[in-house]
Amino acid sequence: MILQGKKILKQYRHNGGVINALDQVSFTVQKGDFVTVTGPSGSGKSTLLLALFGLIRLTSGNIIFDGKRIDNISDRKLTDIRKKSVGYILQSFALIPYLTTIQNVMIPLALEKILHKEQVKRASEILDYIGLSDRMDHLPRELSAGQQQRVAIARSIIHRPQIIMADEPTGNLDPTLSLEILEFLKKINQENKITIMMVTHSPVAAGYGTMKLHLNEGKIIGS
Amino acid sequence: MTISKLVLIELWKRKSQLITGLLAVTLGIAVIVAIQSVSIVSEQNVARNLDNLGANILVLPQAASIDDYYTSDIDAPTLPMDYVERILTSTIAGVDNMSPKLTRRIKVGDQSVVLTGILPKSEIASKPLWQSSGLLGTELKTACASSTSANQSHGMEDKRLQRKAIDTLYSEDCFAGSQVAKRLKLSSNSQINIMGKEFKVVKILPETGTVDDDRIFANLRDVQKLLKIENQVSAIEIMGCCNAISEGLLGQLRNILPDTRVTTIGQIVSTQIETNQLMKKVTLVMLIIIFFVGGISIGNYIWANVNERKREIGILRMMGAERSTIYKMFLLKALILGIAGGILGFLLGTLAGVILGPFLAGIAVKPVYIYLVWSVLLSVAISLSGSLIPTYLAAKFDPHSNLQED
Repeated sequence: MILQGKKILKQYRHNGGVINALDQVSFTVQKGDFVTVTGPSGSGKSTLLLALFGLIRLTSGNIIFDGKRIDNISDRKLTDIRKKSVGYILQSFALIPYLTTIQNVMIPLALEKILHKEQVKRASEILDYIGLSDRMDHLPRELSAGQQQRVAIARSIIHRPQIIMADEPTGNLDPTLSLEILEFLKKINQENKITIMMVTHSPVAAGYGTMKLHLNEGKIIGS
Repeated sequence: MTISKLVLIELWKRKSQLITGLLAVTLGIAVIVAIQSVSIVSEQNVARNLDNLGANILVLPQAASIDDYYTSDIDAPTLPMDYVERILTSTIAGVDNMSPKLTRRIKVGDQSVVLTGILPKSEIASKPLWQSSGLLGTELKTACASSTSANQSHGMEDKRLQRKAIDTLYSEDCFAGSQVAKRLKLSSNSQINIMGKEFKVVKILPETGTVDDDRIFANLRDVQKLLKIENQVSAIEIMGCCNAISEGLLGQLRNILPDTRVTTIGQIVSTQIETNQLMKKVTLVMLIIIFFVGGISIGNYIWANVNERKREIGILRMMGAERSTIYKMFLLKALILGIAGGILGFLLGTLAGVILGPFLAGIAVKPVYIYLVWSVLLSVAISLSGSLIPTYLAAKFDPHSNLQED
């Protein structure tokens, strides 16, 4: 088991009332799983993804990652876990606009203060792996949407994380590119044994999951 | 890739924004450097003039102003030559040397020059820089400093300040100041026609950096005749014994010369010193204004930059950037802005001082390189102070809400 949620509750105050964005959510993810999280808009999918590693603080409940409770640890320790063990992929790619492809990919290594030479070596290998070695010095705006998402994927795996959290990674892509990205994520999952937890609206994308969570109104209604 | 490199890349890619960010602090530093550069040279100039002047007491007609003394207006008031005699025959102690002089602005050809009548023996005794150019004679006996060693006791260790006398300046001879010699193309032994009378230039005087450089000096009697102001002088410069001045020499002179202004050179230059002090106060006020305006300007720029990069901050925090990394990003940027602003401000201010100094203050201004260090330190302090609050707020941003701005 790599990740476990126990009775996760996240409440928001809104117009004097309380909204349960996540309501007693419990699940267990094994190492190497490809988890898909589906559900209608506002069901709490993205909130769950962000809450698991401290980007949103829980109201109550426990999160266990790699055998350790992480819901009650400091911001600094959570930041350290995100830096070393988690990769993020967002729908909007979230690339830094003024950095080139290789510079964007190297950011997680820069945060870990890895030597420049090693950064370049690893970034070059990853870019080669995702087929963008000829776009190393391009800025994000000079890349297609599919290429930008592949750069984001490269950035999410360069520091060899244990788990990738992907929030609608194909949401901005056409069906062909979506399939390409999904195949790529599957390849990463299978070849590198990296656990993936992916939020998606797409039934096609959901089909890639080896474990499926379906949320509605903050509750898991199917898995 | 490092966070420092990321900061540099961001600065370079958005360099147009830098200009507005830097403008206030650069201009502020430039103004301070310009004022200070002019002030310091002005102060040095006053100090040098004091050293070069030799004489330390000035007797002027009651109606004359200090400006009259320097500008030598055609109708400037005069005082009787007899006053020299009156001082000499008095019992007042401490008057080492007297240099009566009559000064008027005249035309030589189409050039305006200042003609000054002097008693050479007295004049040269009171002009240390002249003495260094070969106008040397025997040592002058002074009332309270009769020997070189006594002079040294007054802080006059420079050999040029040892008091000497020379031979007479003959009736048809004159000295020319360095600047006037250049303008009139004069050299030693050349002839010059002054108000219809031929004079021989016996000496081109060394450059002193004072009004003397723009003057022609002839025998006082000749000048009085030429100007038709017999037995009158514009001023009497007195070399007074320092101890005697402090013991009331000025009051004694006023008693025997009631219709004159007796003032010390110190009083003359005090106006300049007051001006310099005013400049310092202006600099201080400017410093305070610039600190606030520059700080607010930089702070505003950094805050705009923080808002523009909210999503980027969110991405970095999501990927594991600590708050300290965000602090580092923006404070490093502020530091670079501060250094750049300081250097640019120094260059701009020094350039302004060098170009405008001669026009505004009549002095040649040279770069004061130590101001580069102060400029950078000040600019960095302004920049960092202005950036503290925006940087603190940037690090406090909730990464989740910034990411939701997609």
